Amino acid sequence: MTFTRMTASELGEKLAAKEISSVEVTKAHLDRIEAVDGDIHAFLHVSASALSTAADVDSRRLAGEAMGPLAGVPIAIKDVLCTHDMPSTAGSRMLEGWTPPYDATVVRKLREAHLVPLGKTNMDEFAMGSSTEHSAFGPTHNPWDLERIPGGSGGGSAAAVAAFEAPLALGSDTGGSIRQPAAVTGSVGVKPTYGGVSRYGAIALASSLDQVGPVTRTVLDAALLHDVIGGHDPRDSTSLRDEWPVFADAARAGRDGRSLKGTRIGVVKELNGEGFQAGVRSRFAEALDIMSAAGAEIVEVSAPNFEYAIAAYYLILPAEASSNLAKFDSVRFGLRVNPAGGGTVEDVMAATREAGFGDEVKRRIILGTYALSAGYYDAYYGSAQKVRTLIQRDFDAAFEKVDVLVSPSAPTTAFKLGEKLDDPLAMYLNDITTIPANLAGVPGMGLPMGLAPEDGLPTGMQIMAPARADARLYSVGGALEALLEDSWGHTMISQAPALEPTEMFAARGGEV
Amino acid sequence: MAKPELMDYDKAIELFEPVLGFEVHVELNTRSKMFSDAPNPAHPDFHVAEANTQITPVDLGLPGSLPVVNEEAIKYSISLGLALGCSIAPSSRFARKNYFYPDLAKNYQISQFDEPIAFDGNVEVELADGRTFQIPIERAHMEEDAGKLTHVGGATGRIQGAEYSLVDYNRAGVPLVEIVTNIIYGAEGDAPELAKAYVSAIRDIVVSLGISEARMERGNLRCDANISLSPRGSGKLGTRTETKNVNSLRSVERAIRYEIQRQAAILAGGGTIIQETRHWHEDTGRTSAGRPKSDADDYRYFPEPDLLPVEPSTQLIEELRAALPEPPAVRHRRLKESWGFTDLEFQDVVNSGLLVEVEATVTAGASAQQARKWWTGEIARLANAAGEDAATLVSPQQVANLVALIDDGTLTDRLARQVLEGVIAGEGTPAEVVESRGLAVVSDDTALIAAIDDALASQPDVLAKIRDGKVQAAGAVIGAVMKAMRGQADAARVRELVLERANA
Amino acid sequence: MITTEQVAHLANLARIALTPAEIDKLTGELGTIVDSIAKVSEVAGPDVPATSHPIRLVNVSRPDVPGATLSTEEALAGAPEHDGARFKVSAILGEEQ
Repeated sequence: MTFTRMTASELGEKLAAKEISSVEVTKAHLDRIEAVDGDIHAFLHVSASALSTAADVDSRRLAGEAMGPLAGVPIAIKDVLCTHDMPSTAGSRMLEGWTPPYDATVVRKLREAHLVPLGKTNMDEFAMGSSTEHSAFGPTHNPWDLERIPGGSGGGSAAAVAAFEAPLALGSDTGGSIRQPAAVTGSVGVKPTYGGVSRYGAIALASSLDQVGPVTRTVLDAALLHDVIGGHDPRDSTSLRDEWPVFADAARAGRDGRSLKGTRIGVVKELNGEGFQAGVRSRFAEALDIMSAAGAEIVEVSAPNFEYAIAAYYLILPAEASSNLAKFDSVRFGLRVNPAGGGTVEDVMAATREAGFGDEVKRRIILGTYALSAGYYDAYYGSAQKVRTLIQRDFDAAFEKVDVLVSPSAPTTAFKLGEKLDDPLAMYLNDITTIPANLAGVPGMGLPMGLAPEDGLPTGMQIMAPARADARLYSVGGALEALLEDSWGHTMISQAPALEPTEMFAARGGEV
Repeated sequence: MAKPELMDYDKAIELFEPVLGFEVHVELNTRSKMFSDAPNPAHPDFHVAEANTQITPVDLGLPGSLPVVNEEAIKYSISLGLALGCSIAPSSRFARKNYFYPDLAKNYQISQFDEPIAFDGNVEVELADGRTFQIPIERAHMEEDAGKLTHVGGATGRIQGAEYSLVDYNRAGVPLVEIVTNIIYGAEGDAPELAKAYVSAIRDIVVSLGISEARMERGNLRCDANISLSPRGSGKLGTRTETKNVNSLRSVERAIRYEIQRQAAILAGGGTIIQETRHWHEDTGRTSAGRPKSDADDYRYFPEPDLLPVEPSTQLIEELRAALPEPPAVRHRRLKESWGFTDLEFQDVVNSGLLVEVEATVTAGASAQQARKWWTGEIARLANAAGEDAATLVSPQQVANLVALIDDGTLTDRLARQVLEGVIAGEGTPAEVVESRGLAVVSDDTALIAAIDDALASQPDVLAKIRDGKVQAAGAVIGAVMKAMRGQADAARVRELVLERANA
Repeated sequence: MITTEQVAHLANLARIALTPAEIDKLTGELGTIVDSIAKVSEVAGPDVPATSHPIRLVNVSRPDVPGATLSTEEALAGAPEHDGARFKVSAILGEEQ
């Protein structure tokens, strides 16, 4: 088996056994990027130092240094995360070429665990979008069908692992930006409990919703990566001080046990109805049957206030974003555009923000400014914060009855590039399944659920657990993944079309 | 700019009732900043630094950076709230105040809005004649300072006409407490004095708490004064202006007085007051119009999602309450008694705004009377002439050292005044100035006797008169001796020796 | 109903020099979006508290200890314009805040 087809846990084991070297593994992935990324465009930047980092890890290992289970494994990093040695643009013209003077805490943890950063992945500008079409640097294409979107905002990270350009990636999830791309690219993604992973160095979209998490091809790999990046960070006030269990243990136990005996699984009535694609619903029903057969108790639960989740989300997010993005003003970093004939600093700021932000970013900044402005605050932002309370109460009530909640990760399979670009509202409605978990801060996982019969494209299952019970995602997810693969006789990602090497060379060495 | 018309002050007060309100910003002297671990330039250890060296990604508002609250700043704020007689909120929150300005790294200021840490307080202030006045405190809230702008090109470094500006973010993130008063009625003609006494009282409080350097000229303590005039008998509040840039106790008083006279002239002439920010200019003694308040002041406050509520325990609050220094009024009574001052002497010190300095000078070893005499006399005079606050000219330790030199006979009062000038000019400690300027009293009798003998020999007529018992004639000899000694002799001793030598 | 004047005012608050065409387009889009999200104000009564943080924590603070700072070089590295020590901006229309 080629290195690029291996899972991160397999690579980690072989690296630990010194059967293979990190340089070989890293080289294989760089070659794969060069071969296919011209078509996929998952990467905005490919690290020039990946091979030397890999060589360093290899020599340390040979010298007997103790290393973690993912040491030497390459990883792609969403461009929303600050890296001191690579540009960090968040998919925006505003930050083109900007290299921060510091690493995000999660990136520091990757380096300390000796993972090998391969590069930075494409995303909707400032993580605003569900298709990666809002990247200032061009869209990413879905490896299953290059005409289709890879989801968003983290389409680059999802496509990178789905196209075997990286075994692991980091994403960020504000309203589904990890789980929805996982669904439409046939990969695995986890949004941890809010506060479970540090946000320090993640370029903020909506501070009370953002969470960094793993993007992988298997549940175990997600758990291994979560173990590396999780834990308290004194630089993030919202970071939890909890002692976390080893998530990889939970994932292995789920996979090896293949049993859901006694697990109460709640099906959220409001997240499986009108507007959901037939193939998504049929695959979801099959998955429920398989879980039931494995001993799970399937219960329908109602979360009546989820109906208002999108509305609340599209007030809270733009409001926080309008403030978070105010720092892009051409003074300390990033783009500066001088208006024709010069002007005052006010003119320069306004011209810069006009030129540097894309349409979707401007739309949300204006919407957020409106939601916070005098006379509207109570009706909009204030009310949205109350809806948030109601949604939390729905979760609390549901988790009184069940251990985890499930729904499809996304209402449809991947839509075509350009299909919803002119209809922002339709694009927003696509996030219905994933938004409630962000509003309530509870953890959620997206994992492959099978291909939709009508279009042969991936569908995804979402599992949600109570706040701080992320381990349940891995035990239930690990079991479901194994049970589904047993029923199919193969992994879902193995069915993805082989990508032909393109003549166009992938971006390399710093060009976006 | 034409000189605006001013109404005679007494006339203004006759026609209008001044209504006041103050916002005082206090920079806390914690070691690190409010929301980052950068060194705090408002702490004495970190005063001096090159531009943009006291910053972290947080202070620069770099993408991805996050604030974390300084626990000491919370404690200082609670202590200040308690000293202002406020209730401490069981739960308070930070909020973002959104506006674009190049000195504001994130283009929002982390402040507190509807849930400040302290509220509903009261500060007692004393006027020159000993009357006391209660200033109602609406709230005290925590926030962060902004960076500093330098305007280049154009005239005199002002913003108008500048070609470009330079930004230094060292000050960005310095912890601030903003103390907001309720509307203050009834100050009447005492309004300017009351304003000064209030700011002085706040200064005394923060100094006694040890939570701020409280140097107005360094911006540690800043006062924005709201003033409006209500026509007598109208029962209606007037339109207010907010005067900023008032950087000394003295200018607080002057600015209020000026603004009352300016507004009164406009109102009496049938004009209207524009609700606006006004800037005080120390040099011209005027205020100038700034930005009009308008609908554009929509700060879009919302709870700061990156920070959590502050919920101090009752235990912490009570610990901090127990550790409070005595309230200024109580302290005044105690000091007056222990120093043995008359009412007039003590009021003189309070009115000069130099109580803290006098006390520190006494603590440093000087007698209370000497400390009072030097601070309210010579030092205040020099400060007044220089247009600066006396406290900024010289330290209490230096004054105590000066007094010690007088007490041990090294200096006469006259010499001491010269030494003081040297100290203020930055020539060193009093002892160093005595040394470098050669100002010590000549206490060697041999040198004095030689000079006296010379003087007597050159004025035989005077010698004869003294010998005749006309003692007052000795004055001429004493004068000549003092001149010969360049003033560095104790005149009483010279007189003694003259009489002794003349009759020898 | 959102008007073009409102959008122009919001753009000014948000310091974005939107073109008249953008203002027109956004006015329509915002109207549609606001209509569809306005229902939030109907759901929760006055007895429902607001949630600003998904996981409620209080009193998160750090000790008052200075740490590492950026070097001047690091601080200025990303600046569009600087004088070697400070960030440089065009003349300011407004005034000291």
